[in-house]
Amino acid sequence: MNIIVPIKQVPDLVEELEIDSSGKDLDREWLKYKVSEFDDHALEEALLLKEAHGGTVIAIALDGDDIDKALFAAAAKGADRVVKVTGDYAGASNHTAAKVLANVIGGMNADLVLTGVQSVEDRDGQIAVLLAHYLGIPHISVVTGVEVSGGNVTVHKEYGGGTVAEFEATMPVVLGIQAARETPRYVPVARVRQAMKSTELEEMAGGDAGVSAGSSVSRMFKPETGGSAEMITGSAADIAARLAEIIKSKI
Amino acid sequence: MANNIFVIAEHIKGKVDDVTYEMLGKAKELAAGGQVIAVLLGSGAKGMAGDFAADKVLYVDSPTLADYNPEAYEKVIAGLVNSHSPNVVLVAYTSQGVDIAAGLSVDCNMPLLAYAFRISAGSVTSQLYGGKMNVESAVEGDRFIAAVIPGSFPAAAGKGSGAAVEEVAAPDLSGLKVKFKKLIEPAGGDVDITQSSVLVSVGRGIQSEDNLPVVQALADKLGAALSSSRPIVDAKWLPKTRQVGKSGLKVKPKIYIAVGISGAPEHIEGMKDAECIIAINTDPKAPIFSYAHYGVTEDLFDVVPALTDKL
Repeated sequence: MNIIVPIKQVPDLVEELEIDSSGKDLDREWLKYKVSEFDDHALEEALLLKEAHGGTVIAIALDGDDIDKALFAAAAKGADRVVKVTGDYAGASNHTAAKVLANVIGGMNADLVLTGVQSVEDRDGQIAVLLAHYLGIPHISVVTGVEVSGGNVTVHKEYGGGTVAEFEATMPVVLGIQAARETPRYVPVARVRQAMKSTELEEMAGGDAGVSAGSSVSRMFKPETGGSAEMITGSAADIAARLAEIIKSKI
Repeated sequence: MANNIFVIAEHIKGKVDDVTYEMLGKAKELAAGGQVIAVLLGSGAKGMAGDFAADKVLYVDSPTLADYNPEAYEKVIAGLVNSHSPNVVLVAYTSQGVDIAAGLSVDCNMPLLAYAFRISAGSVTSQLYGGKMNVESAVEGDRFIAAVIPGSFPAAAGKGSGAAVEEVAAPDLSGLKVKFKKLIEPAGGDVDITQSSVLVSVGRGIQSEDNLPVVQALADKLGAALSSSRPIVDAKWLPKTRQVGKSGLKVKPKIYIAVGISGAPEHIEGMKDAECIIAINTDPKAPIFSYAHYGVTEDLFDVVPALTDKL
């Protein structure tokens, strides 16, 4: 079974975000990046499936900031192959990214493609669904459970209120993973360094996208903070006293 | 300019989701004299359109469409979009809509703007970076799809006395590779957080499962239930029944105390209608403070025990 896991780096939201001088994008000079958390879950689910059923897990990413490190981390966690798609993808739309990924994944004989259900940058739609359509195979998003049996996969898709829909799909299929069945595994930096020495980072050319988002950013701005929140300051004891007052008045 | 607007209706377990009415209301505004056309798929579900404020309802009936199926729904809806060529298609950014919207974008060759919460002719504003940035996009041409965040527009404007229902024959739905099997309801037995008038809700800021007693003590003192944001449930520190938000439960308690929760849009969707929201988070830029009535940026590990003592 070939399981392909497209991953990408996104700005770490723990850091303060600033807007650049164009007013249309983040100021990326000092941004810290990390693997999109849902992609991390997709990789975990792929590794769990491989451990249970055998197969090969291939982590793949478009060239970009810090991507080598992210791919080596995937190798350290257990991905059998790591592939960097070469080309200039700075500022690429998700339509473009998905089409380029489809160009490469199309030749990989995939049984399953698992990637994050969404990322914090999906201005023009989610990669999993776009990728499936460019590959011409079905897809299911918001997936929280995957079981493989023969050529079929049983998938749990999450709705609101904790309700889950169960689907059965014939492989190959693209799944947008919301959460893996286990918390994504952690690898210490030493293991990532080791992987950098022992793993071959394969490079493949992305080819032409020939598609675009069909829209462009006209402006980026911080949300109007409602200003509605009354900020309570002082010592912990002062704050606690004021909060207790507020709470007692509302109950 | 008159625009024809498609609104993809969403329903689950026989009930139309509120976001459908929210989109219908917005569509009326966008139509500017054009038609608001609701698209409803189901099996014996025609009656669901009875209170849609629309000019027309396109209804497609098939046993295969009784429950949502990404492959079947996309096939039917893409066919309707391609045959009717609406200017704008509004799809909910929900578990169902996330599959439909991006699929339509490719199949119907229309630009898609995701996470949309403001829409006007040719311009859509999306909420990106976990609610920390808004991005306004200009659409090339005059046709687009918007995946709309639930709760962005009032539902009342989308309710009316129904519209003429035009039944459209379903296309061939045999040979689908995706089959719907069943709905699984969450196991009962846990506290029902939607019934609690006070909720203490915990997020990533709690750092470790070992720290949960800090917030549990506050909840116990208040006679409140302990709820959480998604990461706490994914980490299995609390059961799924405690999750507030898009894929969890919607709550409207009298008091909602958000502890160490940044306020990603998916969480906000589940709690923004609480009567009084108190947020404790060390990041003064956290989106939760845009929704809270009272905010505290002191360390939760200092404030929460002190508050527990005062009550």
